Amino acid sequence: MTLMISEMEIERNQLPAECLRLVEAGYRLLTMVGTDEREEIGHYVLRYYFANDRASNVTLLTVKMPANDPTYPSVTAVMPAADWYEREVYDLLGIEPLSHPNLHPLVLHGQRLAVYPLRRDYPVDQSLPEVVREVEEPNLADGQFIVPVGPIHAGIIEPGHFRFLVEGERIESLTAQLFYTHRGIEKSAEGMQVEEAMALVEQTCGVCSVSHALAYAHAIEALANMTIPVQAKWTRTLLGELERLYNHVGDVGNLCAGIGFSFGTMQAGRLKEQLQQLNDDVTGHRYLRGAVVVGGVSKAISMALLERIRMAVSSVLQELGEVASVILSHEIVCDRFASAGILERAVVERFGAVGPAARASGVERDVRVNFPYDGYGDLEFSVPTFQAGDVMARLQQRIAEVNETGKLIETIIKNLTVFVTKTNQTLVTPLRPLLEGSYTIGMSESARGENVHFVMVGKHQTIRRLRIRSASYANWPIVPFAVLGNVIPDFPLINKSFELCYACCDR
Amino acid sequence: MWNLVRKRLQTAVVTRSAVELFDQSASFGADRQSPLDDLLMRFNRLAVTSFGGAVHVRHVDAGSCNACEWELNAILNPVYDISRMRIDFVASPRHADLLTVTGGVTRNLLEALRKTYEATAFPKAIVAIGGCAIGEGLLRKNYAQEGGIAPFVPIHVKVPGCPPRPKDIMEGLLLAMERLNNEVEHNGS
Ligand code: SF4
Repeated sequence: MTLMISEMEIERNQLPAECLRLVEAGYRLLTMVGTDEREEIGHYVLRYYFANDRASNVTLLTVKMPANDPTYPSVTAVMPAADWYEREVYDLLGIEPLSHPNLHPLVLHGQRLAVYPLRRDYPVDQSLPEVVREVEEPNLADGQFIVPVGPIHAGIIEPGHFRFLVEGERIESLTAQLFYTHRGIEKSAEGMQVEEAMALVEQTCGVCSVSHALAYAHAIEALANMTIPVQAKWTRTLLGELERLYNHVGDVGNLCAGIGFSFGTMQAGRLKEQLQQLNDDVTGHRYLRGAVVVGGVSKAISMALLERIRMAVSSVLQELGEVASVILSHEIVCDRFASAGILERAVVERFGAVGPAARASGVERDVRVNFPYDGYGDLEFSVPTFQAGDVMARLQQRIAEVNETGKLIETIIKNLTVFVTKTNQTLVTPLRPLLEGSYTIGMSESARGENVHFVMVGKHQTIRRLRIRSASYANWPIVPFAVLGNVIPDFPLINKSFELCYACCDR
Repeated sequence: MWNLVRKRLQTAVVTRSAVELFDQSASFGADRQSPLDDLLMRFNRLAVTSFGGAVHVRHVDAGSCNACEWELNAILNPVYDISRMRIDFVASPRHADLLTVTGGVTRNLLEALRKTYEATAFPKAIVAIGGCAIGEGLLRKNYAQEGGIAPFVPIHVKVPGCPPRPKDIMEGLLLAMERLNNEVEHNGS
């Protein structure tokens, strides 16, 4: 299904009022993209995409700023979800949000630079000056301490720097510095052929490769106004669910690792490994890369493999059920998980959080339901929600989603068997010419929530601008709210219960 | 519960005959790697050297996409169970003999990589894991990252792949251990 997007161009001084109006009408910010279009129209452009989940529609606000005065009024005060987007656009494109409450560098660490790497006249391979870090002298009351952690952590995990302000045991506030793994993927993608860039898009995130590939493919396919073969549609849906499955199963284990409950860690680790070996058999890649291409999929799944998937998934689900029942009836687990890291529903609404984290706080939000893509429009399924919003709810959320995924896979396999017996299978629709300067967004639901990719096409089917907004980017700002009032030893657990990825947040 | 305990024991048994496990997937690029029973033997041979064949590894993410991290995590799961090869991941570079590095060194992580390398005691070895770290990744040098760790720290072992499979990582660690062993035997300490 192609998204219906209603577009509106407004003057920059109208921006805060318009955003407020949309938020009050039940819209949330999907993504905000800055582009440098000085060459074409002599302006910088900002595009604010809003979604209304219930009405399944998307609204776009466009603001143009002249090249000699790239400023606009910040909307962070009326819409806190815009905070990161505005800071990122300032870091990378030098478009300044006036009267932003906290305009520290976000993506480019250290000193504020006067060069803006995402401007089109900035050469792709030119380095920036090395980071110079300054530690601010904290302003502490009596009995307060700052506990700094990271960026390199104790386990085999990604880098991020956290500063806890504690008084006694209680966490009073948390400042998270992320974007350590900012790799400039979007800049590198500029000028690439749209089909080639798929490999790069998959490398945005290790464990959400399929959903990133899907969001990107959806954007390109919408621009080319093409439909993909039915077999490809179902294969994609299957791959998407396989990805959700191995992630959620792994996350059950990671949550147990958060409190050192090795039984759960090892059991779930074993099951995740089985699923990844299954991935390897199905696509030749343990993280399912290379299977989704623009216009379809690269490979058909044979009858034997479908059967293998069905068997493996049902045995893993059954075992997970046994493991989960042990985990959930373990006294210490219940004690640590229940009422730790409560995420209020109001915070979810205010920041537009997505995915299992939002659903475990009672907000029904799922791209598969609200903006169905590929096969989901034709499938009957329900998305579970929980109300408590604590670590326990997020664990139960994942287990419930895994079971739902199991049923979905069953149905998808049935739908796919019709095709595998046919001899002339078409898997890819050839790409139609794309209109230079056209742009749109594509969405998908990963195991962590909604991904939104903005693509603008340049000359000869190349990418002029790519903006990847992953689920983690939407959810990181809410983590500090969930840890307030908890103790530091619970932080790893709370952090793992969101299971946010740094790489696809930082890109 | 007992059912699960039994399963865990069975899993452990499967683990021990790693040869079998590896044989299953040996059809995949078998030419790329040494036979794996050989790998196990080499691990065991190290155990009787003066070096003792045990290493502590510190991992540094220098800007990876997270898949390489998950494969490093996978070698700790009960299927590969790297601990039985006397390999342990530690929380500080001061405790480590080996560094594993993933990712192409982002501008924001350069300082962390340098400091970790400096904090690791001699003799030390660096295992570069994945195309990004080796410098043969898809993502080339740009404003935010350098496209490889080579200009900043020496690479002793390269483990190619995107991400490399767990058993390739195990072999990479083994090569680094053999290297450390040689160093210890030739120079003492
Ligand atoms: S080598 Fe591949 S899997 Fe590893 S960090 Fe780089 S892109 Fe990710």
